[in-house]
Amino acid sequence: MTNEILTGAQAIVRSLELLGVTDIFGLPGGAILPTYDPLMDSTKIRHILVRHEQGAGHAAEGYASASGKLGVCIATSGPGATNLVTAIADAHMDSVPLLAITGQVNSTSIGTDAFQEADIVGITMPITKHSFLVTKAEDIPATLAAAVLIATTGRPGPVLVDIAKDAQNAKAEFIWPPKVELPGYKPVTKPHGKQVQAAAQMIAESKRPVLYVGGGIVRANASQELLELARITGAPVVTTLMARGAFPDSDPQNLGMPGMHGTVPAVTALQKSDLLITLGARFDDRVTGQVKSFAVNAKVIHIDIDPAEIGKIKFADIPIVGDLKEVLPELNDELRKELGSKKLDIAEWWVFLNELRAKYPLGYTEPEDGKLSPQFVISRIGEISGPEAVFAAGVGQHQMWSAQFIKYERPNSWLNSGGAGTMGYSVPAAMGAKVAQPERLVWAIDGDGCFQMTNQELATCTINNIPIKVAIINNSSLGMVRQWQTLFYNSRYSNTDLNTGTDTMMVPDFVKLAEAYGCLGIRVESEDEVDAAIKLAIETNDRPVVIDFIVGRDAMVWPMVPAGLSNDEVQFARDSRPVWEEGEEE
Amino acid sequence: MSKHVLSLLVEDRPGLLTRVAGLFARRGFNIESLAVGQTEVPGFSRITVVVSVEGAPLEQVTKQLNKLINVIKVVELEPETTVERDHMLIKVKTDPTTRSQVLEAVTLFRARVIDVASDALIIEITGETAKCEAFLKVLEPYGIKELVQSGVLAMGRGSKSITEKVLK
Repeated sequence: MTNEILTGAQAIVRSLELLGVTDIFGLPGGAILPTYDPLMDSTKIRHILVRHEQGAGHAAEGYASASGKLGVCIATSGPGATNLVTAIADAHMDSVPLLAITGQVNSTSIGTDAFQEADIVGITMPITKHSFLVTKAEDIPATLAAAVLIATTGRPGPVLVDIAKDAQNAKAEFIWPPKVELPGYKPVTKPHGKQVQAAAQMIAESKRPVLYVGGGIVRANASQELLELARITGAPVVTTLMARGAFPDSDPQNLGMPGMHGTVPAVTALQKSDLLITLGARFDDRVTGQVKSFAVNAKVIHIDIDPAEIGKIKFADIPIVGDLKEVLPELNDELRKELGSKKLDIAEWWVFLNELRAKYPLGYTEPEDGKLSPQFVISRIGEISGPEAVFAAGVGQHQMWSAQFIKYERPNSWLNSGGAGTMGYSVPAAMGAKVAQPERLVWAIDGDGCFQMTNQELATCTINNIPIKVAIINNSSLGMVRQWQTLFYNSRYSNTDLNTGTDTMMVPDFVKLAEAYGCLGIRVESEDEVDAAIKLAIETNDRPVVIDFIVGRDAMVWPMVPAGLSNDEVQFARDSRPVWEEGEEE
Repeated sequence: MSKHVLSLLVEDRPGLLTRVAGLFARRGFNIESLAVGQTEVPGFSRITVVVSVEGAPLEQVTKQLNKLINVIKVVELEPETTVERDHMLIKVKTDPTTRSQVLEAVTLFRARVIDVASDALIIEITGETAKCEAFLKVLEPYGIKELVQSGVLAMGRGSKSITEKVLK
């Protein structure tokens, strides 16, 4: 077979097609123009024109997080590329498989401060898994193939490919499959057998084990294997912010989310445990609180595909490097051998935990100003939509309430910006999720602050027939910051008022804004309107829907471990700490 | 603070040094010295880096370095089984009364004079860091006008080779 001669631009499109890419989010500009020409003719790739490159980045993230596939975004050089930076950083923190393609000025102009030149490879070096600068057309197929391989294997992450304009214009023979040489990239997926045996032994002997489940379970697509491990051990499970849905909330072994806004049982289970069985989690400061007082009596089994996560924050008694999808079946087999017909001796542990569950369930109080309770609204969205829906949150109070009050039953149903905490993630991420899974109901649960950062993508949604539902939990303020001001700054509300509530200047009016974007806009101010509005949103699929839920601004996220304090200081409501019986404090 | 010598086998790619140096900066690790050059295998370079760390983080340094896609192998070279060399060029002030004393020091330290001017000499010295530093001390009173040094180069003793092991 003779190989075709293609331009670099054609080679980009052809390579992406051959790599299985079917959807791209992007916005053209000078340095990427050559590539947009053949892209127009592709029958295999749908390009969705966004309104801001950050939207393209988060849409690609939402696409990837909802489907488990690679997300792809594309932008031009200079500001186009720098607008992707936030989304790339976000994907890096949350291990999202993302391919970012950027145009670069002609290779002969690189370094001259040419028009729309930015050293995007340099800028993104610390926030990508890897990056490439391509200056020759013939290097394009192998580079894109390598980029996709790196982004989607091992610990997934963002890979940036910056392609000079003259490389897009030049011609070269198109050879497929290309030779991908990455001698320094060999992710370990298969665990060390002896370590797995040792882990099984340690689990069998534990009296207060906890399965500490992180986002790695979702990325590894290992929920089924986790369920099996949970059944064999009978151990309690906590699912971190990134792992909500990795283990069904309806399962009696699930204690909920640990961490700063975790449930009292989940936080306490980790604190009082004698063995943390850590699965694709990374001891984030939002989970551990003060590290030196975190789970002081616990031994640690740490299973992760990234060796650098093991021992980074907390010493691992048994480190296991591998892909959870491969490690867990081996661990389950070893445990079955180890246990035989025996069960773990954890009845007392469960008595303790069940008492906590009975005493400290998740709850909330009605706002004193008579406005809607945000927790109620979010609960109803979850209950009416059901577990097959996808929920993408922004960052702040509404994110925490969405993590707490929606019941997740399946992985990839909960999307959020966990590590980076990127306000503005929700609307574009929901858009990306809806493109990946058009048959699913997709909610963006957003705050009035977050929504104003990226709501221009509603135009993209309307025009491209991507009917997402947006629930703005409108408390007319930067709610989480306000909560901290209430608690730690004597209620001095410095610059957290957004004036989007009905009793304020109401700028902007979200319903009018929604209508301007061609969406159905609904305002909800009282409890009796909530269900009807949610149902109307679910039934409306000829355009996106925005519901402006006017909620009480003094609602707070509880429980809470104040930043930097020990998890022993968890408060289930303001100034209310669980009371430990004698002998429970160790 | 403890010092460690790491030897990195890396792909010779643009930006590689930035990636390595950037990683050290971002993770808060300190570089004492850094020497980079091509190896016997085309396309591959060796970086010898001396890092100072406190307690456990060395493992973090090596793990993070290993995550860089263009880094093929990271080895910590233990002093007992390693030869280490520093290379320095020193421009030292001399006059007719001091020149012979300087030349005597050069002989004693087995250094070499590689350039001569009426009022200065350029001397090169190769050796373990301690020896080079001792030599500098001796020269200091005469006035060191300029000093450049390579950073530590290090290699494991015996017949084993990192490149051989990895790049077969």
